[in-house]
Amino acid sequence: MSQAPKVESREPGPPESAASALDPRPSTLVRYLGIYAALWKNSVTRETMFKGNFLLWILVEIIWFALQLTFIGVLFLHTDTIGSWTKWQVVLLVGASQFIQQIYQAFFLINCVNLSELVRTGKMDFLLLLPVNTRFVLSLRQVDLGGFVNASFGAVVILYAARQIPITPSVATVLGFLALCIVGVLIHYCLMFMLATVSFWTVRAQGIVYGYYNLFNIARLPDEAFRGVFKAVFTFVLPMLLVSNVPVRLLTDTLQSQAWLLLLLGMAGVCALASEWVWRISLRRYTSASS
Amino acid sequence: MNKYWHVIGVGVQNNLTYRFNFLARTLFGFIPLLAVVFLWRTIFAGKGAGATVATFTLAQMTSYYLIVTLADALTAVNEDDWQIAADIKDGNISQFLLKPVDYLYFRFCLYLSGRLTYITVAALPIGLLIFSLREYFVLPPDGLTFGLFLVSLFLTALLQFLLSYTMAMLAFWVLEVSTFIFILYAFEYIASGHMFPLDILPPAIKQALFFTPFPYQLYFPVGVYMGKITGTELIRGLVMQTGWVVVAYSLARFAWQRGLRKYSAVGG
Repeated sequence: MSQAPKVESREPGPPESAASALDPRPSTLVRYLGIYAALWKNSVTRETMFKGNFLLWILVEIIWFALQLTFIGVLFLHTDTIGSWTKWQVVLLVGASQFIQQIYQAFFLINCVNLSELVRTGKMDFLLLLPVNTRFVLSLRQVDLGGFVNASFGAVVILYAARQIPITPSVATVLGFLALCIVGVLIHYCLMFMLATVSFWTVRAQGIVYGYYNLFNIARLPDEAFRGVFKAVFTFVLPMLLVSNVPVRLLTDTLQSQAWLLLLLGMAGVCALASEWVWRISLRRYTSASS
Repeated sequence: MNKYWHVIGVGVQNNLTYRFNFLARTLFGFIPLLAVVFLWRTIFAGKGAGATVATFTLAQMTSYYLIVTLADALTAVNEDDWQIAADIKDGNISQFLLKPVDYLYFRFCLYLSGRLTYITVAALPIGLLIFSLREYFVLPPDGLTFGLFLVSLFLTALLQFLLSYTMAMLAFWVLEVSTFIFILYAFEYIASGHMFPLDILPPAIKQALFFTPFPYQLYFPVGVYMGKITGTELIRGLVMQTGWVVVAYSLARFAWQRGLRKYSAVGG
């Protein structure tokens, strides 16, 4: 069920216009928001240059999403439940993991993939010289607007499945669900960023980055299907079985205990710290190339 | 003929440079595979002992995915389509118009060398995986079945290669072929039996699929191996598969001819 990544041929854009957004001496937050707004403007301009392609990529994502839903549909022709998960709960899970994955893709994916290319060609130099936090520009340079469109399809599936189950969550639960989705996005980002920094050592880390796509496939399956070492690894090392399962369980009120919420938040903290640590070590290894 | 052997040799050497990439790919590929096997186990456990899903027992279902992994390792197109498209886009094919080398055969040699290298690198992890699930790994019922499996597997390889090659020819007309490749790939993924054995689909849909080339890209040889496809069905399948190989070959040649008329040798 691996889904191939779609980042083949997008050039990293020039960061110059980001610098022009710098005002004399605003507060740090305002300054970074200003820079980020400029990066957004860049990305919008870039996307409008290739409108046809932009729409085609959305079509690709829709087809792959439909494929996942078909898979679930076919499975449930032959069974009524997977563990204690009913059909529409699993559909909601697939929708939620699509939502999380697409939001992640919108903000971070291209940037994580481009990292190894920047290291290989030595273009990292320019980013290191900018008077901003390097990890910030590196992680958020480009925005993939298609990701938001695709995430909205995920949201539609979530809503439809919620009506079919049926559930009527309180406003607080919905807000909690959304907050946990954001936590999920950040976990994906931290793990992928950590993997991408491997390129400081191996120069070509694209294979590893693409391999991450296989992990998304686990995130959309119900946690109860797994046992033993597999479950332990994908809960406590790469918390794929938490990122979308926990938010969905909160929304559908099937969370056995509050401990799962704490575990998800705890793992997010661990991932964040680990990725910052690996990033700092990796950066020391950077020796520019050919510039 | 000799020159093509040489191409295979060079291809193997090139690919060996990326052996760790191959290894990473294989190992990461096991994760979704294991996940699906776990998923089926849970479904079978919910149905009680001795249950079957569309004639498949749990052991056969596990076996199906193992043989799919094996057949896929032997025949899947790796990055050939991207490379062909890039060759066209960057004008690298100009040299083939001057040399006495047929580009299609040249690419086929590279595809073979890619498979050779992949198998060499992936043999150990795949072997370990099959060994760890050996109680579920079934052998074909008899020697003849195995022979027919090998024949259809070879046809599968040809079909895989020729369809990717034809798809890459799009690069003559459009700038970005990746979207088209991913759309085709999505259909191949579900309709070739990669995600699940096609037997679990509603019968009408399954039968309709057998008129498309997709089942012959993976499901068919695996079905033959497992003894799910026998008798006249098998013969008819082999004929259909051969037919699709011929169609794909003609399409590939035709697209190349038409493409060359458009070709302007950018940067070449």
